[in-house]
Amino acid sequence: MSEPTPPKAPKWAIWLPLVLFVAFVALVMIGLYRPADRNVASTLVGKPMPEFQLPPALPGRPGLNSRQFANGSPHLLNIFASWCLPCRVEAPQLAALARAGVPIEGISVRDTTEALQGFLAEHGDPFQRIGADDDGKVQLALGSSGVPETYVIDGKGVIRYQHIGEIRPEHVPMILDKLKEAAQ
Amino acid sequence: MIAEFGLAALWLAAALAALQLVAGALGLTRRGEALGGVVRPVAVVQGLLALVSFLCLIYVFAVTDLSVKLVAMNSHSMKPLVFKIAGAWGNHEGSMLLWVTVMGMAGGFVALIERRLPEPTMLATLAGQAFVSLGFYAFLLIASNPFERLSPVPAEGNGLNPLLQDLGLAFHPPTLYLGYVGLSVAFSFAIGALVTREVGPAFARAMRPWVMGAWIFLTVGITAGSYWAYYELGWGGWWFWDPVENASLMPWLAATALLHSASVLAARNALRAWTIMLGVVAFSMSMIGTFLVRSGILTSVHAFAVDPERGTFILALLAINIGGALTLFALRAATVTEGERFAVVSREGALVFNNVMLSAILGIVLFGTLYPLVAEAMGAKVSVGPPYFNPMSALFAVPMLMVLAVGPLLRWRRDAFSRVGKRLVIPAMLVAAGVIALLVIGGVAFLPFIGLALAAGLAWASLMPLRERNLRRTPLPVWGMVIAHFGIAVALFGMSSESAFSVEKLVAVRPGETTQVGPWLVRLERVEPVAGPNWTALEAELKVRYKDSAPVIARPQSRSFWAPPQQTSESSLLTRWNGQLYSVLGGEAEDGRWQLRLWWKPFVTLIWLGGLLIALGGVLALIGRVKSDLRRLIARDKIADRRESQCR
Repeated sequence: MSEPTPPKAPKWAIWLPLVLFVAFVALVMIGLYRPADRNVASTLVGKPMPEFQLPPALPGRPGLNSRQFANGSPHLLNIFASWCLPCRVEAPQLAALARAGVPIEGISVRDTTEALQGFLAEHGDPFQRIGADDDGKVQLALGSSGVPETYVIDGKGVIRYQHIGEIRPEHVPMILDKLKEAAQ
Repeated sequence: MIAEFGLAALWLAAALAALQLVAGALGLTRRGEALGGVVRPVAVVQGLLALVSFLCLIYVFAVTDLSVKLVAMNSHSMKPLVFKIAGAWGNHEGSMLLWVTVMGMAGGFVALIERRLPEPTMLATLAGQAFVSLGFYAFLLIASNPFERLSPVPAEGNGLNPLLQDLGLAFHPPTLYLGYVGLSVAFSFAIGALVTREVGPAFARAMRPWVMGAWIFLTVGITAGSYWAYYELGWGGWWFWDPVENASLMPWLAATALLHSASVLAARNALRAWTIMLGVVAFSMSMIGTFLVRSGILTSVHAFAVDPERGTFILALLAINIGGALTLFALRAATVTEGERFAVVSREGALVFNNVMLSAILGIVLFGTLYPLVAEAMGAKVSVGPPYFNPMSALFAVPMLMVLAVGPLLRWRRDAFSRVGKRLVIPAMLVAAGVIALLVIGGVAFLPFIGLALAAGLAWASLMPLRERNLRRTPLPVWGMVIAHFGIAVALFGMSSESAFSVEKLVAVRPGETTQVGPWLVRLERVEPVAGPNWTALEAELKVRYKDSAPVIARPQSRSFWAPPQQTSESSLLTRWNGQLYSVLGGEAEDGRWQLRLWWKPFVTLIWLGGLLIALGGVLALIGRVKSDLRRLIARDKIADRRESQCR
């Protein structure tokens, strides 16, 4: 019985790993240099908001429901909480947006009336309405995984953009652009 | 002061690495031969200096020196000391410094003890090691200096990601790094051998302990990482095919293949080019994995600090190291002949099959990990998960496991199935019995079904090489192989059982109410706040009862950390011989009820027990090899001594 020679790799096969690696580097270069949006976008972007109805978070102020967004003009919807530190960081930007005439609605997540009042007294109150989402259900329905998060919603109640994390000063022009886009 | 000292040590180590590279390269030429002598001592000192630098980093973390930017960004004075120390490598810069430290120390160790290789190959190997290290030194010193000062000094630090504040995770990355970096030694050996064209059994024997050591650390690291994800993330799963997990699995697959092909090369002087190739690929996978995790190019549930600029730097390193090695391989592989011949049905044949299957799985995992990138480049966002990875990897894992049952029984060079057939009767019957039993139970999904049936047969077959052997005289590497293969059967059984028989329940209960999951009765007694060193938590007290046995208390928590603010859920695990009860406390539902997630997971612990057995097998084999190597070395020295005395 003769021993078969182990099959010898053809010449091109020796270069194959290098070719594959070059392809990998090229792919990754594209990935690195394209200004990528690294956030996990909610699958709800481009879709109408889920229906919800939230009781007022503060006595004497209106609560929030999803139909209020379909009034023809774009809104910001900000999900926040008094216990959330990044929410404090973003408060000045929200105040600036409100001064610029942007209607901002709020959903306060797992909060108490006193804590919320304290938060608004200290950091300003840019909100037209604030709904109380005590068990975070509406937050989940909106595809939001944390606080703060901000949605741009067009005049028909369709979610146009989701901003994960706090709005920093450098984000404000971008948010204004998104609102302008949503108005068209 | 200490920080500056650490930085100085780092610069000096980098300078020595440069010297090591130049002297090593010149030492290979005739004119610079004299320079070769400095390479070994330089490698040793380089490793020690890197260690000094790393110890300085640990010190500034241990005392929470907030004037060091890295400490301020990643630590906090109110953390327990052990996590302060672990904070030193729980961040990007620190982990890179750990990497280069382990790499330098490994190079120094090779320089100190390795005497089997011809001197030119050794010089080329150490020069190669220095070349790779230099890239990392440059990266640390130019792009991410871990000792950078901060002015003004902040009053308090940012804290460590609470998910990382866990003993398991504090020691998980160093374990994996030891593995990755051990493979860098194999890589350097491969480069050295390609440069001098010295590929043979001596080379394989010199490389094998390093591969084996790296592989053991990788195995332990992956096992521990999987257990950590299982109990810390609170979703009850143990493997997610997340890019970060894949980053550690891919080098492991390559190292497993390398380990087996190096054995063929050492024992039979065959598979030369293939072994070299795997040596290059294994370390490439470590680097590619690190790059994918660190550059933030892929989205992962394990959110790491990400920074495209650093990504570019690591990419350049990758391109130079891997691209260079693969080019060298392509140029030289043809001159490295394939070596001894063997028949298809032989130990070598089985090992080649295992190698091909492992490589195929590696390809599948790599493709699945990169696919979202490819799709994104074409403008689509996709995520690739278990529906792709599970069946695709099983496609190659199942035949591999079947050959694994047969391979160790085959003889080297040439064999016949008729000879080993008799020994496989019982395993085959076990598989058949498993199939019948599962058909009777019914309702088991396809893959777990295959896994369960295979596991029993494989467990038996893996013990077969011990038959007809004097157990006391059986060499340690054989024991190692048997235990590692048995560990695979054990882990396979655990995985299949977990996915076939787990029971999950999501309920909202009031204190005093009882619910049932699998054979367990669970009563919520109360939910109370508790305070830890840097967190507060809501803790549930569950009185749980397994069938009719005495009740035990389980205490799952939902923890809130305040620096940085983050919530984690600390699941409670109750282990019985036949599985685990896994409970997680969710939020408060309406009218005083609490959400509870409960899982009964039969035999889930076998997954990690199997992993540890696999690693234990590696340890035994390594001890056995090192012992026989030492014996050979001593014998050789004695002969040399005798010759010398005779000459006089």
